[in-house]
Amino acid sequence: MSFLNFLISGISLGSIYAIIALGYTMVYGIAKMLNFAHGDVIMVGAYMCFFACTKFDLPPVVGVILAMIVCTVLGMTIEKLAYKPLRAATSLAVLITAIGVSYFLQNAALLLWGSSPVVFPNFFKSVSGETGFALFGGELRVSYVALVTIVVCVIIMAALSIFIGKTKMGKAMRACSEDKDAARLMGINVDATISMTFAIGSGLAAVAGVLLCSAYPTLVPTTGSMPGIKAFTAAVFGGIGSIPGALLGGLLLGVIEIMAKAYISTQMSDAAVFAVLIIVLLVKPSGLLGKQVREKV
Amino acid sequence: MKKVVCMVLAAVMLMACLAGCGSTAAETPSSGDNSSTASASAFKIGGTAPLTGGAAIYGNAVKNAAQIAVDEINAKGGIQFELRFEDDQNDTEKAVNAYNTLKDWGMQISLGSTTSKPCEVTSGETFVDRIFALTPSASSVATTDGKDNQFQMCFTDPNQGSASAQYIADKALASKVAVIWKNDDVYSKGIYETFKAACDKLNIEIVSDTTFADGNDTDFSVQIADAQTNGAELVFLPIYYQPASLILAQAAAAGYEPKWFGVDGMDGILTMKGFDTSLAEGVMLLTPFNADSTDERTAAFVKKYQDMYGEVPNQFAADAYDCVYAYAQALEAAGATPDMSAEELCAKMIEQFTSMTFDGLTGTGMTWNTEGQVTKSPNGMVIQNGAYVGMD
Repeated sequence: MSFLNFLISGISLGSIYAIIALGYTMVYGIAKMLNFAHGDVIMVGAYMCFFACTKFDLPPVVGVILAMIVCTVLGMTIEKLAYKPLRAATSLAVLITAIGVSYFLQNAALLLWGSSPVVFPNFFKSVSGETGFALFGGELRVSYVALVTIVVCVIIMAALSIFIGKTKMGKAMRACSEDKDAARLMGINVDATISMTFAIGSGLAAVAGVLLCSAYPTLVPTTGSMPGIKAFTAAVFGGIGSIPGALLGGLLLGVIEIMAKAYISTQMSDAAVFAVLIIVLLVKPSGLLGKQVREKV
Repeated sequence: MKKVVCMVLAAVMLMACLAGCGSTAAETPSSGDNSSTASASAFKIGGTAPLTGGAAIYGNAVKNAAQIAVDEINAKGGIQFELRFEDDQNDTEKAVNAYNTLKDWGMQISLGSTTSKPCEVTSGETFVDRIFALTPSASSVATTDGKDNQFQMCFTDPNQGSASAQYIADKALASKVAVIWKNDDVYSKGIYETFKAACDKLNIEIVSDTTFADGNDTDFSVQIADAQTNGAELVFLPIYYQPASLILAQAAAAGYEPKWFGVDGMDGILTMKGFDTSLAEGVMLLTPFNADSTDERTAAFVKKYQDMYGEVPNQFAADAYDCVYAYAQALEAAGATPDMSAEELCAKMIEQFTSMTFDGLTGTGMTWNTEGQVTKSPNGMVIQNGAYVGMD
């Protein structure tokens, strides 16, 4: 039964990775850049929700929506100010800029909200204050946060797949990801499309931030950085640029991490995770679900 | 494209200028290197501490309490201190920069660094520069090991580990224990190793031994499940309070209710914003300082600290307060004057600290061995209704 418990923890952790990984993978797929500031947008989202719900006593739903709005605007602003002027620059320059933005956000948060950790409130409680329920006579315990995280992750994936596959904007995104110049010639507003991508990715980051902090309730200005890196790994693992890949990569990463901790050693769990990543990339360099793109010469 | 590059370069230059201005403005003019003698009539005492970042609660406690002690001593007349703290963000590289800033300022005696990792580095610097250092709270052995002018006000990590095991055995708290420790942190590892060694001797069985590391410190379900399935009656947490708070919350969610035993890093958990203190109910820890003590000096200190900073001082604060008073006592006994160089003071302080006995808030009859380690006795404390209560 402990195996099932670990599996649930793994899937719940993996779902959070998957939602964060979406932000990386979408931006990479469409703008061909790694937005390393994504992890810190998560942190900003979590802080926004925290303040909305504790300082101003707003209901959690309003807090989440507010956080999404703030993060969407933040994501678009970052894109406008930091990345758009570098659209023609080398990818290395953009990468360095992204790292710079990440540090900027972290330090701004440090300045604004201080360094002492705050404890994020748990929204997912039953009326009687229970944080989860037990099955099989207490053998298996499932927290509401884990359940909500998994459900939200599935909903987001489905909605996003439909959006990309069926809507006009989604079509424009796919066109941009294939060939920006050709898309522009076809009358697609590439800048607006990229901006939209950042908006969606950052909005999802806010959701991820709230879920992350609900499950693991301490919040500091560096909260987003490590999950961000893990989610980036998940995106690469699943095949960067691919949305189902982000889901698969995130879930696998979460499950492998927990299982490695449980059955190999708590000291070696990260090593195990990255060993799997290396093996996958050796066998399939484009990631599990990544497309093999032949370079045109 | 060119325009963009120009703009970026211009911005970088502007930043560099501003940064330059900032640092020059912050430095008070001094006659150069550390061996210079201060012309002022006060001893220049400095330290690095995490004033921002994840460990800021410790750094600010140390800084605030040291300031209280300095103000009290200065008000008495006699020995005068000038205190300065620099931020190291609990980062070794930043700690060296902070230390260099203090050295340029003309620091004569040092309060070392507040946390272990930075202090292991800065203690190497103070050793080479012959500046005497007494750290309030950097507890790893490497801080003082092989450095004749490095002293500690807190217990060393091994001391904490073996004292905790001894305490558990003496009070018959548990025969089967679990340990969750942080394997990339010298502080945690140091305590864990001696705790384990002491447990072997005392016939306490460690049934679950799990770790975590930076970047892996959010999900503890596996560690908790391991302790639970192996039937640990007590979980020993030789870690800082932030991961500890997560462990307590996740264990409660998993329906696991063992006895919890912490170390001085646990101090601070009650003042975390938004923390549900009922989770920490019954957590035990060894600490030499009790803010609820009825001791006259302690009560006065706690009151003053609360009035000035609005919170109850933790053990780090008390250690820092003691450090300044220990300096005052040693400087007076040695007949030191502020015009002496750091090197002269260093020799005098080594002589004093290895021979004197000091009574402070964190213990009476404290003595130091030539290694710089302090001898004092810890008290067992337990958290009840959101406050520390003595167990003895």
